[in-house]
Amino acid sequence: MQSPTENDLECIEIKKHFGSVRAVDDVSFEIPKGSFFSILGPSGCGKTTLMRMIAGFEQPSSGDIRIKGKSVIGTPPNKRNVKMVFQHLALFPMMNVYENIAYGLRCAGASRDVIRTKVHDVLARISLPDVANREISQLSGGQKQRIAIARCMVLDPDVLLLDEPLGALDLKLREAMKIELKLLQHQFDTTFVYITHDQSEALVMSDNVAIMDKGKFVQIGTPQELYHRPAAAFVAGFVGDTNRWAGRVTRVENGAVEVATDAGLIIRGSVRGAGAPSAGDAVHVFVRPEFITAARAGGQAPTGAAGQNVIEGRIDSILFNGANSRVLVRDKAGELIEADVVLTGGVEDLKPKDDVTLSWSPEQTMSFSV
Amino acid sequence: MKQNDIKRLSLYLLFAPFALWIALLIILPHAGMLYISLREKVAPRVYEFGLGNYINFFNEPIYWNTLIRTGSMSLLVTVLALLLGFPIAYYIAKIAGYRTRGALFLMCLIPLWVSDLIRAFGWILLLRETGIISSSLQWAGVISTPIEFLYNDATVIVGLVYTVILFMIVPLVSTLDGMDDSMIEAGYNLGGNGPTVLRRIIIPYAMPGIVSGCIVVFMLTAGSYLTPILLGGKNSSWFTEQIYDQFITRYNWESGAAFGFVLLAFTSLVIWIGLKLSGQTLSSTVARS
Repeated sequence: MQSPTENDLECIEIKKHFGSVRAVDDVSFEIPKGSFFSILGPSGCGKTTLMRMIAGFEQPSSGDIRIKGKSVIGTPPNKRNVKMVFQHLALFPMMNVYENIAYGLRCAGASRDVIRTKVHDVLARISLPDVANREISQLSGGQKQRIAIARCMVLDPDVLLLDEPLGALDLKLREAMKIELKLLQHQFDTTFVYITHDQSEALVMSDNVAIMDKGKFVQIGTPQELYHRPAAAFVAGFVGDTNRWAGRVTRVENGAVEVATDAGLIIRGSVRGAGAPSAGDAVHVFVRPEFITAARAGGQAPTGAAGQNVIEGRIDSILFNGANSRVLVRDKAGELIEADVVLTGGVEDLKPKDDVTLSWSPEQTMSFSV
Repeated sequence: MKQNDIKRLSLYLLFAPFALWIALLIILPHAGMLYISLREKVAPRVYEFGLGNYINFFNEPIYWNTLIRTGSMSLLVTVLALLLGFPIAYYIAKIAGYRTRGALFLMCLIPLWVSDLIRAFGWILLLRETGIISSSLQWAGVISTPIEFLYNDATVIVGLVYTVILFMIVPLVSTLDGMDDSMIEAGYNLGGNGPTVLRRIIIPYAMPGIVSGCIVVFMLTAGSYLTPILLGGKNSSWFTEQIYDQFITRYNWESGAAFGFVLLAFTSLVIWIGLKLSGQTLSSTVARS
């Protein structure tokens, strides 16, 4: 049996109803000490409500929340050792940086000397040692971000909650902050719970990710698990880019299926998720673009074992994005299929209107029962 | 005509009514008043230039006592309006739902549709010896003889607070409205309790609105005439009443003009002290809301 102190945060069968709406429906999870945990879901899936319950701004309709093994149901927000970085950071504009960070320590009744030491210490750790006397309006976006984290971390929280704090930043800064957040988490060695609708943020930073949809956790796992072994069609479609077809099973053969898509393609795939489909069942089929090989038609035949999926098509357009370039291929049924390609800039590169053969293995073809 | 000239012309035209208003109704009368206030009457129809009217004011305790009394009662009214108005403004801006907010704001505005005079008579109807409150208390057996609620300081203060509280609520609502709710939640999240969040976060954030509301309310109260006279009667001793007396009853325009300037200087001084104490500036408060 696990000792209760090994998990910084546990949620047990949390439910939250607003009238007849179930914002959070039977969510259970535990987060081990010092890990980076993300809750990823589309907007309106209940992730913010869940976070507000952990912070204490909402009370769950039923269930239990335990921080370091102790239930915090009924504990007001200011008595919980859970700190939160708000979506728009909520730094206090009428105080300077020093006062913003000192606020929590003052509330805790720390002495003047302790406050001064701690504030300067935390500013040094976020590598902004000289901003103590700046006003909030004088800081850049990334600096504000770090001050908001420092303001929480100076209080040594058991858990730090982050509510999409990168949403307001521009793309370049967001990419830089992703790495920085991960480094800060390592440095402080505190449990971070990160809420986002941006899958790349969740995948890059997290040790574990929970995928949330319609108030429920669909799957919890490492980013690799979620990407390569999704447990449900929602996860396969939500995490990462993917080609998706709807169709019906025509043949089942120990773990492999043959599917006729609604547009008329025949695709062989492997059964994933819950439920064993039988012939005639409706399924969703997913294939990630990086597993599809595109070769110019009439060239050498696609290599690989028999049983590969092979489809003829014509390139509709090329989406050039350096190493992540992609082609859109229109198949005989008139649907567009995305495939990753390497474009070297040479004459051999694929061009629009080229006829191509697409091929991919059935193991990389994920079929989920509807 | 060049584009620039058209722009400049339209700017002048737009600015003209405002400039006329300031010049004709504010600067010109005040210049006239200042001139009159500096004339000393030495004999019938004989005037000398000097500060005699102002010296008179300070030599006569009844005058400056009235001014001090008006000033301190106005401050009291301002404080009461703030204490009453802040929770109302906070409720409207932060707690009430989107639709209730509009309704509540409208309810605050409705009293302004009725003239000052009618509202003052409303109070008289309620509070006089034969008024509604006195007779209902008698009917309920709480008191045996009719009570006169009018013509005392408490009534004047209640009436004034009622008249000016809206001018406190409006700037407070607009500043509190601009405050992100998550700021308050952050205050709690970082360990603050209710009083700490109020003292360290909400009030400092609302300070521009508070100061702006206080300035407007103090100015309106110190310069009000109707409410103190009607509700306070002869006992009200409001400074505006002194000015009115000088002009109308005693036909001493020189002295009345001097009193007017004393009142202006006094209220300006009080506001300057208030701004210094709260660490705000005129442009950060009144100009903003």
